[in-house]
Amino acid sequence: MTNRGRNPLLVVYMGALLAFLYLPIAILIVLSFNDSKLAMVWRGFSLRWYEELMHDGDMLTSIRNTLVIALIATLISVVFGTLLAFGLERHTRSAALENGVYLPLMIPDVVTGIGLLSFFTAITFPLGTGSVIIAHSVWGIAFAAAIVRTRLRGFDRAVEEASLDLGMREVPTFLRITLPIIWPGIVAAALVVFTLSIDEFIIAYFTAGQTVTFPIQVYSMIRFGVTPEINAVATIMLLFSMVLILTAYLFARPRPGRRSADAEEPTT
Amino acid sequence: MTASKTPTSGAGQPAPEVGFTQRARARLGLLTVVPTLTWWVIFLVLPIGLVLVTAFFKGAPYGEIIYEPGFGNLVRATDPLYLGVLWHSVVIATITTAICLVLGYPAAYFIATRPQARTRTVLLMLVILPFWTNFLIRTYAWIILLNREGVVNGILKRIGLIDEPLSLLYNDAAVVLGLVYGYLPLMILPLYAAIERINPQVLEAAADLGARPLRVLRTVVLPLIIPGVVAGVVFVFVPSLGNIPVPELLGGGRSEMIGNLINRQFLTTRDWPFGSMLVLLLLLILMGLLVLQSLVLRRNRKVRIDD
Repeated sequence: MTNRGRNPLLVVYMGALLAFLYLPIAILIVLSFNDSKLAMVWRGFSLRWYEELMHDGDMLTSIRNTLVIALIATLISVVFGTLLAFGLERHTRSAALENGVYLPLMIPDVVTGIGLLSFFTAITFPLGTGSVIIAHSVWGIAFAAAIVRTRLRGFDRAVEEASLDLGMREVPTFLRITLPIIWPGIVAAALVVFTLSIDEFIIAYFTAGQTVTFPIQVYSMIRFGVTPEINAVATIMLLFSMVLILTAYLFARPRPGRRSADAEEPTT
Repeated sequence: MTASKTPTSGAGQPAPEVGFTQRARARLGLLTVVPTLTWWVIFLVLPIGLVLVTAFFKGAPYGEIIYEPGFGNLVRATDPLYLGVLWHSVVIATITTAICLVLGYPAAYFIATRPQARTRTVLLMLVILPFWTNFLIRTYAWIILLNREGVVNGILKRIGLIDEPLSLLYNDAAVVLGLVYGYLPLMILPLYAAIERINPQVLEAAADLGARPLRVLRTVVLPLIIPGVVAGVVFVFVPSLGNIPVPELLGGGRSEMIGNLINRQFLTTRDWPFGSMLVLLLLLILMGLLVLQSLVLRRNRKVRIDD
């Protein structure tokens, strides 16, 4: 490497950019512990807004709905997505399929949401937990497939062939050889889809009917104005998402010191 | 049949069982792809198709749909009122994308040129992490900062710069700020990937062979970076254009975008056919963007070959 990128100005810039990204979140978190209702008056550290949250029945219901939706949508997404990842990586050379797989991620949320609202209404499918689960699985599968696939790409198929050569049948080979190797990818996919599902607002907003998910609850609270209780629930959510995603990252990253194929960059 | 398939099989297959395994594999292959494709046809292709068809029917009061095909909704959408919102949305999304590009490029460059892989990973993670958190909450954070009794007004008042609180929310600038804040990571990621791929030795080789810096930039650097720029532009523009919560919460109805209009047609006015026409127009704009994208990429490949 030459001397490019050693510009002190860029260091300052990077710091400023990270401050821009994190300062608003940090202020939100600090204010959630403020005893005062007013943002500009610090009346001391307090957990009262968190306590209030624990007694907010609507909030707790919305959290329960969201957890149920996220769990089932994640399950569907990971099963279909893992299968799809196998199909794409090993069984097809179709360029159309290759590009089409990422289409669900490219369609704006409002279009997916409106489409499903129209569709569910047309076939008189009841709007609620079930319809949101289906809606979330639509893009969840695409995400899961993409993540599991990166794991499959570094897969050394010789171990599978060795197992087959030694007389183990295909299904046991899959269960005892293939699955354990790609397992971290599947866990990472599950964590990512789960995180996205509990945070997803627009598609749920159009397809939930009378059911209130957690982001929908937060949205209606925000529309009524700034309250410290939102700060408290926001803090919990922010930290929860960050922990889930960092865990997913630890699962998904290639192990250092293992086979080099593991760390191979995906070719475009 | 069996023989014709053999060349496509991987090396090291046990020879006598090739036929059976191949056919089993082909069937297995179908099993892996068919469930998802079926799922997507039912819950993505059909619904969007339904919306596109509904756009050409007529809405009646009380939310009924009159199944008489016609272009009434399209004509209505060309009303200056609606065209204005459409244009406004494109402008806001374009400004957002441009700001993300300008803010994101130096950051992506900085991260990509860190000598240690560990530093690169940590910085990239720091940039991406907020993107994985709740979008509504990140938008809400700006309400806390910018509202009349908010943090920014409070600080300005305390240091004596202002006496009366400023109206920082509920304007176009607040909407652009919220969108930039939300989608900046989506710009930095592809830019980073493109810049990181540039081999510094290639730049040195170009310079050694007598290319002036501008020429190096035009014929070596740009063609390598443009795919990243194009990806970032699409990643930011698409969710910005159809955004609903940011114009609603930070624009407060004074900076209405196409998503808000669609939302209102479906959930308040209950004129689904007209709402569907607006969705169709939104999709048309995005398809225009994708055509533009492929044109730029094709041209870019040509530059690389010509020079």
